[in-house]
Amino acid sequence: MIIVEDLHKSFGEAHVLKGISTTFEKGKTNLIIGQSGSGKTVFLKCLLGLFDYEEGSISYEGKIFSQLSEDQKRDLRADIGMVFQGSALFDSMTIGENVMFPLKMFTNQSKSEMQDRVNFVLKRVNLEDAHNKMPSEASGGMQKRVAIARAIVNNPKYLFCDEPNSGLDPKTAIVIDNLIQEITNEYQITTVINSHDMNSVMEIGETIIFLKDGLKAWSGSKETIFKTDNEVVTDFVYSSNLMKKVRQMYIEEKQ
Amino acid sequence: MSYLHNIGAYFLMIAEMFRKPTKWSVMKTLIIKDIDDLIIGSLGIVAFILFFVGGVITIQTALNISNPLIPKYLVGFATRQSVILEFAPTFTSIIMAGKVGSFITSSIGTMRVTEQIDALEVMGINSINYLVFPKFIAMLLYPFVISIGMFLGILGGMAACVFGGYTTLDDYIVGIQTDFETFHIIYSFMKTFVFAFVLATIPSFYGYFMKGGALEVGKASTTSFVWTSVVIILLNYILTDILLG
Repeated sequence: MIIVEDLHKSFGEAHVLKGISTTFEKGKTNLIIGQSGSGKTVFLKCLLGLFDYEEGSISYEGKIFSQLSEDQKRDLRADIGMVFQGSALFDSMTIGENVMFPLKMFTNQSKSEMQDRVNFVLKRVNLEDAHNKMPSEASGGMQKRVAIARAIVNNPKYLFCDEPNSGLDPKTAIVIDNLIQEITNEYQITTVINSHDMNSVMEIGETIIFLKDGLKAWSGSKETIFKTDNEVVTDFVYSSNLMKKVRQMYIEEKQ
Repeated sequence: MSYLHNIGAYFLMIAEMFRKPTKWSVMKTLIIKDIDDLIIGSLGIVAFILFFVGGVITIQTALNISNPLIPKYLVGFATRQSVILEFAPTFTSIIMAGKVGSFITSSIGTMRVTEQIDALEVMGINSINYLVFPKFIAMLLYPFVISIGMFLGILGGMAACVFGGYTTLDDYIVGIQTDFETFHIIYSFMKTFVFAFVLATIPSFYGYFMKGGALEVGKASTTSFVWTSVVIILLNYILTDILLG
């Protein structure tokens, strides 16, 4: 579980995060949603320790991140898996080497043990034949699956995903979403996903927080987001024609 | 102010490079890869340039000696001194700032743009140590490249002499042996070690701390080349003044 309390972050004069408090639960897919520029990525980077923040606290299972020593932070980070928006695969390594990388860095496993584990996670993301391909030879969806495999190969306690299905077609996006949810439930990982994709919200939004101008404007789940009267949320959720029609059908069905 | 900030950030990066070392089994692979990219990959161009530069120095020196009282062996002497003291260590380093420096800046810069450096940081890896330290170690072999360049520069001069008929081979050989001072070689290699450090770290700095997208990677490579060259030329003056002055 990750608990965030009153988090503030500024860049010069720009106050980006204005006191966010929330809890990300273990074994659930926790979504952070909001418009572009609402502070989602900054919030995620603060959670990951890539950005320092001015006020507030972030605690991982009760350990406050900012109070940890450098060695403790390094140990904690070994428990974190991250799927970046652009996958961030190391382009000088093959897909197999990319997935093996965290094992090489943080474990003392033999080469055959590492290879077995890589085979297992690549099979888990349906890429068992992609070992020797270079990332540049893989499609966007494959790259995302490799990134997920790399993120989970070392059995992380926390999984962070920054817009995991951006740039993917709707069908592949659902595959990625479902894969993340399955892995989260299967391994009881605390998963935090940064997204502005309403399909993801409907698929895997077990808990959701909505950010607006650096503040938490709303929190709930995929079941409650369609029933809320919160105007900033409804503006965001029903901004597309498709979602407007879905809402209309929902209201008609209710009547 | 931004210059001072950059100088401070550069020295902090150097300090960070030696902290939290990457696992040796991984580092070993990175060093071997960087030796291949930065050292072995540069041998051809350094050999080509210095061979012909040696030839040109010989031709120009020979053509400018019109006084019959000046001995012909001076051609070999001038070629040796020019190649060992300046052309091999300094001139080659400026070219390497373009070749190796741009490669380092653009490869690290691309890793920054594509969030690969963030990925390393999230994993708890000291990304500066992981990326810059192997380049620094690889560049410790740079004097090896320069020594080959020195040999080929003098050989190029010899070839120009023999095939161009500017002086006899015997005169040239007498010239390259005349008034030889071992300290000149030591001075040259001392400069080369310093330039190797500059060539590994300044381009890494510009790549690591770049912001923006693909266009900025190109700009960072250009800036890195300019500053690496400026620092090499300034250090060349300072070291020459200290060691030979």
